[in-house]
Amino acid sequence: MEKSIAELRETFKTGGTKSISWRKSQLKALLQLINQNEDSIFKALDQDLGKSPVESYRDEVGVLKKSVTYTLSCLEKWVAPKKAEVPLLFFPAKAEVMPQPLGVVLIFSSWNFPFTLALDPLIGAISAGNTVLLKPSDLAPACMSFLVETIPKYLDNKAVKVLAGGADIGERLLQLKWDKIFFTGSPRVGRLVMAAAAKHLTPVTLELGGKSPAIVDTLSTTPSKAKVTAKRIVGGKWGPCTGQACIAIDYVLVEEKLASTLIELLKKTIKRFYGENIKSLKNISRIVNKHQFQRLVNLLKDPDVADSIVYGGSVDEEKLVIEPTILLDPPLDSEIMSEEIFGPLLPIITLKNVEESIDFINSKSNPLVIYAFTEDETFKKRILSETSSGTVTFNDSMVQFLCDSLPFGGVGQSGFGRYHGKYSFDTFSHEKSILHRGFYPEIEPRYPPWTDFKLLFLKLAYQFDYFGLILLLLGFKRS
Amino acid sequence: MASEVEKKAVFDIDSAKEVVQELRASFVAGKTKDYEWRRTQLKAMLKMMDENEPQIVAALRDDLSKPELESSIYEIAMLKNSCKLALKKMKHWMMPEKAKTSLATFPSSAEIVSEPLGVVLVISAWNYPFLLSLDPFIGAIAAGNAIVLKPSEISPATASLLAKLVANYMDSSCIKVVEGAVPETTALLEQKWDKIMYTGNGRIARIVMAAAAKHLTPVVLELGGKCPVIVDSGINLQVATRRIIAGKWGCNNGQACISPDYIITTKDYAVELVDSFKCELELFYGKNPLESKDLSRVVNSNHFARLLKLLDEDKVSSKIVYGGERDKSNLKIAPTILLDVPQDSLIMNEEIFGPLLPIITIDKVEDSFDLITSGAKPLAAYMFTNNKKLKEKFVEKVSAGGLVINDTTVHLAEPTLPFGGVGDSGMGAYHGKFSFDTFSHKKAVLYRSFAGDAPLRYPPYTDGKLGLLKALLGGSILGIIRALMGWSKA
Repeated sequence: MEKSIAELRETFKTGGTKSISWRKSQLKALLQLINQNEDSIFKALDQDLGKSPVESYRDEVGVLKKSVTYTLSCLEKWVAPKKAEVPLLFFPAKAEVMPQPLGVVLIFSSWNFPFTLALDPLIGAISAGNTVLLKPSDLAPACMSFLVETIPKYLDNKAVKVLAGGADIGERLLQLKWDKIFFTGSPRVGRLVMAAAAKHLTPVTLELGGKSPAIVDTLSTTPSKAKVTAKRIVGGKWGPCTGQACIAIDYVLVEEKLASTLIELLKKTIKRFYGENIKSLKNISRIVNKHQFQRLVNLLKDPDVADSIVYGGSVDEEKLVIEPTILLDPPLDSEIMSEEIFGPLLPIITLKNVEESIDFINSKSNPLVIYAFTEDETFKKRILSETSSGTVTFNDSMVQFLCDSLPFGGVGQSGFGRYHGKYSFDTFSHEKSILHRGFYPEIEPRYPPWTDFKLLFLKLAYQFDYFGLILLLLGFKRS
Repeated sequence: MASEVEKKAVFDIDSAKEVVQELRASFVAGKTKDYEWRRTQLKAMLKMMDENEPQIVAALRDDLSKPELESSIYEIAMLKNSCKLALKKMKHWMMPEKAKTSLATFPSSAEIVSEPLGVVLVISAWNYPFLLSLDPFIGAIAAGNAIVLKPSEISPATASLLAKLVANYMDSSCIKVVEGAVPETTALLEQKWDKIMYTGNGRIARIVMAAAAKHLTPVVLELGGKCPVIVDSGINLQVATRRIIAGKWGCNNGQACISPDYIITTKDYAVELVDSFKCELELFYGKNPLESKDLSRVVNSNHFARLLKLLDEDKVSSKIVYGGERDKSNLKIAPTILLDVPQDSLIMNEEIFGPLLPIITIDKVEDSFDLITSGAKPLAAYMFTNNKKLKEKFVEKVSAGGLVINDTTVHLAEPTLPFGGVGDSGMGAYHGKFSFDTFSHKKAVLYRSFAGDAPLRYPPYTDGKLGLLKALLGGSILGIIRALMGWSKA
């Protein structure tokens, strides 16, 4: 392991990864990798998570292709130094900010979107000119194997490496010195990563999670809008990896008088999308492993929680499947309402008035996303200014992930740092300030011995009071 | 009105908890988010400086023997400028930024909204105790946060003055100063903050970041390093020398994070350079620099002893070509230049942070780049040259927080340049709008409508939908039309 990292450091030192043509060639190779291996990728995702090809394309393959293509088209622009304004006082001078690679970076990815969460950061790291060690999650073993075997066939082995293994490998990697660590996963492990990074003063980006709520206020508008709302909620809960996604809708907030309408709409939509019961379930992923399965089943063990189930609840331990399940008002102090669910269980919390959602959300730690289905402009403004989350999406779910111009990241317990689009490039870069000065003219008052005249001169200079300076120099101001 | 907490005999974990609770309550109540509140606080800061300049200068003289000009200009004037800029631009900074949306999410609109992080902790340093405490304030207040400041105990007069002035001029329910040393800092670091900004050294920075990790608190670490100056020949030597002197001894007598730490020049040029230094140093500080009023002293006996250790090391003391005098009772060391100290000496392996300037000589100027990149990344790097190719190489090869060509330290005054380190010199940046950004969360907001709900997003998943999705994500309108018409393969 240490040898691999030493090689990455050597490669970086030679400066090869800084060249734009190297970066472009790697990105193109990555695109080729994806294009030429689509079927294998679909197969691995089906094996690890039971994802259908459409879900895999929509959430992984398609997202990555879009990301690489966008990055290739913008790279030259991003790499160019940006001019900064310089005040007259410094004349003649030129100021600019130039992005530079950080060096050798470590990327930890998660098991639920094993391709997207590994390769999207990789795109950012390469585009910024770094060498990379990628450590995919061993909880998605087929995908991890695929990455370990396939990446060396397409990308520069001396600059991009993939390491297989579990938590022990992760721990060993964290003992070493990196120039940046990018971590996607749980807050618990996020703390460990940051604590390890602190020993080497390594900057980190932590993409964590939380309980992302969906506020529903559109059921009493038109029937078609209500239907679309239901579709988007179902699509935002069970669509991505059967709820095992950091940006999946965790729970719903709705006014109590509209709860039954919502539940009926959701039931209809679930049946249409996924099937009538657990035996005939289709178009949906499964739970990743026994451990997660047990954790989710345990959430339903609490009798008060079990009583609140209004749809679903069946489980198939052999196939690791839990059918889409809706709960109505489980106890607020139950685990299902205090932990991030990360699975196909959807609690619906009712409120007297939908505006109470704001206080409810604020009573929990900052989520990664807040979804709000509402057409009330005042309410939208209140949600924006009175809550805090990584992102806010109005009237839809999940799609903000596709927007390359929006920074994707958390705040508070949902993480810090961000990526996607240019933000990926920035997160793996150091923005170096550069000031070019000329030898002339010289400002004598800069130098000792200090006098009152020099003091006054500098005071005026610092205020950019050019007129005052002229007066002083002409003798019209007294020091 | 200073809170009772600071008057307690011991500031312990419970006291720290109380402080954070009070500030969090103020933040949640929305006090600091209000634009008027932010304006009032920034104006109060300006008033505080206007009405107390002599006291501030006196405190800095107490703590550091800082010459009045350095205090007035590098601490007070710079801060005032920073404050005025924030007052002028804050409204603009607070406005949401529009973001472009793509075909994949059509129809939609997007923006990025800046929101305050919450309750932030600023731990500042002793060398520019006023500037480094209040400059972060400006960003934190402009961004709408509540603040706790922990000034350095190594500059106690300034720390007390800050505590008094902030309590008198600013809103104590949202902004507090906690004085103290290690125990108080530890108590503060146990708490949950929304951001911590630390200015200081790498050893403490590791402790700060480890403490922040427990609460997943993001940090800005403004550290230091050995800032090198490369001096090429064929330049205006007098101007270059003066600018190096101004950046070294003119900045708190070398005790500044961006002070030139050491010089690299060619063997051929070294003698001329040393002569130029001798000449200019005498012009600036006189024949007896230990008595010059225009030099700060070394801050305390610990640092004095540390610097003497660097200077008196056997293989180093023989390399002194100018200076070397010291006055222990007044904590003064004369501006000292050393020529060709060994690479493995102490003075070349730690940040000097004092009035000693080693000059290392090499054969060709180009060799300096490898010398610099073989060490840890510094906060700043400087080069004096008229050679365009060398300038380009310098900018490309040397990784540092910031670079200046043909001058030293002045980039600090440039609010359009982000000021911060990389690698061992730190993480994060501030000054100007970067201060506002560093204390903000940039929240992404996507507005979608109900029109245009593509059934291809939803199950049942079919091959046709797959083809359409591919075309949509590929962003090509032609592709989409083809897919809709069933002309493309799934």
